[in-house]
Amino acid sequence: MPDKADTGISRRRMLRRTGFALAGVSSAAPSARAAAADLPPWMLEQGAPVSENPYGVPSPFEKSVVRITGGKQPFPTSAHMLTPLQDLDGIITPNGLHYVRDHGGTPAIDPDRHRLLVHGMVDRPLSFGMDDLTRFPSVSRIHFLECSGNTPLYKSGKPDWSVQMTHGLVSCAEWTGVRLSDVLAEAGVQPGAAWMLAEGADAAALTRSIPVAKALDDAILAYAQNGERLRPEQGYPLRLLLPGYEGNTCVKWLRRLKLGDQPFQTREETSKYTSLMPDGIARQFNFTMEAKSVITRPSPGCGPKQPGFCEISGLAWSGHGRVVRVEVSTDGGAIWRDAALQDPVLPKCLTRFRLPWTWDGGPALLQSRTTDEKGEVQPTRERLLAARGTHYYYHYNAINTWRLAPGGEVTLAL
Amino acid sequence: MRCNILLLAALGLTAAAPPPSGGFGRPATPAEIAAADIDVRADGAGLPPGHGSVAEGSALFASACAACHGDQGQKPLTGLLRLTGGRGTLATANPVQTVGSYWPYATTLFDYIRRAMPFPAPGSLSDDQVYALTAYVLRLNDIVPDGTELDAATLPKVRMPNRDGFVPNPDDAH
Ligand code: HEC
Repeated sequence: MPDKADTGISRRRMLRRTGFALAGVSSAAPSARAAAADLPPWMLEQGAPVSENPYGVPSPFEKSVVRITGGKQPFPTSAHMLTPLQDLDGIITPNGLHYVRDHGGTPAIDPDRHRLLVHGMVDRPLSFGMDDLTRFPSVSRIHFLECSGNTPLYKSGKPDWSVQMTHGLVSCAEWTGVRLSDVLAEAGVQPGAAWMLAEGADAAALTRSIPVAKALDDAILAYAQNGERLRPEQGYPLRLLLPGYEGNTCVKWLRRLKLGDQPFQTREETSKYTSLMPDGIARQFNFTMEAKSVITRPSPGCGPKQPGFCEISGLAWSGHGRVVRVEVSTDGGAIWRDAALQDPVLPKCLTRFRLPWTWDGGPALLQSRTTDEKGEVQPTRERLLAARGTHYYYHYNAINTWRLAPGGEVTLAL
Repeated sequence: MRCNILLLAALGLTAAAPPPSGGFGRPATPAEIAAADIDVRADGAGLPPGHGSVAEGSALFASACAACHGDQGQKPLTGLLRLTGGRGTLATANPVQTVGSYWPYATTLFDYIRRAMPFPAPGSLSDDQVYALTAYVLRLNDIVPDGTELDAATLPKVRMPNRDGFVPNPDDAH
């Protein structure tokens, strides 16, 4: 087989170089030359060596598909990057495009020197190296991760904000690691231990208190993401993964778990990640990310180029479990139609929805509304603001509206 | 034969036994726990020995913190929230959430400064210095008077103005 291919190539080269045909193919020669002239250039020479990229990279023509920052970030190590949802298909976020939020930069941790300490209200305080943790039975699950600050629209938003700007702090990956309940069983959680402090090994030494019930339910100590070891900005070599909980609780670069009988009242669960209600009282321990969906195409920057068939496609998710329904409206919420849900539909996971639509070229208001298996229906913006006011800051999950103008331009409408 | 069956049964039982039979990880030594155990709880559990005064904190703040957080915690750099002020604003149309107006526990201030500040060099302050800075930031917020010195016994007793301003989210049962 290789011989044959080689012959073909050298013949074509010869044709190009010498301009005349070989004996025996002379009758086909003029048309072969013409065809060669019409072929795209990448068919007329060898491509890049197979081993050019030991770790592959996207096509250079996909250069614009990158994470971006949301506006000016004066402290580059306490900052975030948003996932380009408008450019992605399916439900899995490629590792290089997973959203990031750090409070003290991304540390470069040597896995051989990283340890996890489990102590506090346990029978046997234990210290684990990465080799110890990977000896445990492993588990892989596909879950979304969403920053509770995603979709900063309580007060206002700009019409030209893309879906990356409004919803890009959600991503989804297959996480592999060890069940936290297995690790805690080794240490022996004592009766009365109701809370678990999780601490990161970054410059922020970020800490959150987690209910032990959640730790023993479906929590994972993850060391891999979409098949490869975690990316540094996702917590390499070890992170906590609490399916459905706000991203900040899924502590990266995990170094310590301490069991206690009450929450530890850290800065990230008092000053931050708490939500002020209109009466001046703040809600604390807002863990679960509520039912939410957004149309990713059409969306700002990705409007239809001409009237006619236009697939409406987007993502839905809920920290309570599975998405059971997504409805789409093209007239600002007067008429709703059920969208098709793409398999797999998994609990606490992004779900891709689609609706075939024929755009008549006129103005339209595109919305999606999801319902989760708990029965929670994604609220309208009016309902959300009436319940929470405009200083709640986190956990915005209202129905999103894209305004489609007759020229095909799409903008954010509030 | 009989022996073998018994032996196999015994082996089977061992293999199926739940943790801690896995024996992964090793016992943590008291010294390594003490070194890593840096958190401070609202009731003061975890506060280290040492002490610091408002006056010491004032000098330290000017040299180590004011460049970002502003002279006396006023006028911080863009992108930083104020450390002071905002009392009485939480229920208004323009709430200002600061250490003084919003934080429920003074111990959190000690814990956070010790683990994360100063931003360019976390972990560089002595416990005495952290007590002093905590005292000074509380003084800036009129929560403690001039002349206050804080230690493990007095800091947990400081009552923050918004101590009762938080409720667990009713939708998040745990
Ligand atoms: C180089 C600038 C810089 C310096 C110097 C600095 N900080 Fe900070 N400080 C920050 C940043 C940035 C944050 C927010 C970090 C984050 O995003 O989590 C912060 C947050 C804080 C907070 C929490 C504020 C809140 O409302 O949650 C306190 C308290 C604090 N700093 C105290 C101090 C003290 C005390 C010092 C001096 C020892 C200090 N800082 C020095 C940049 C700085």
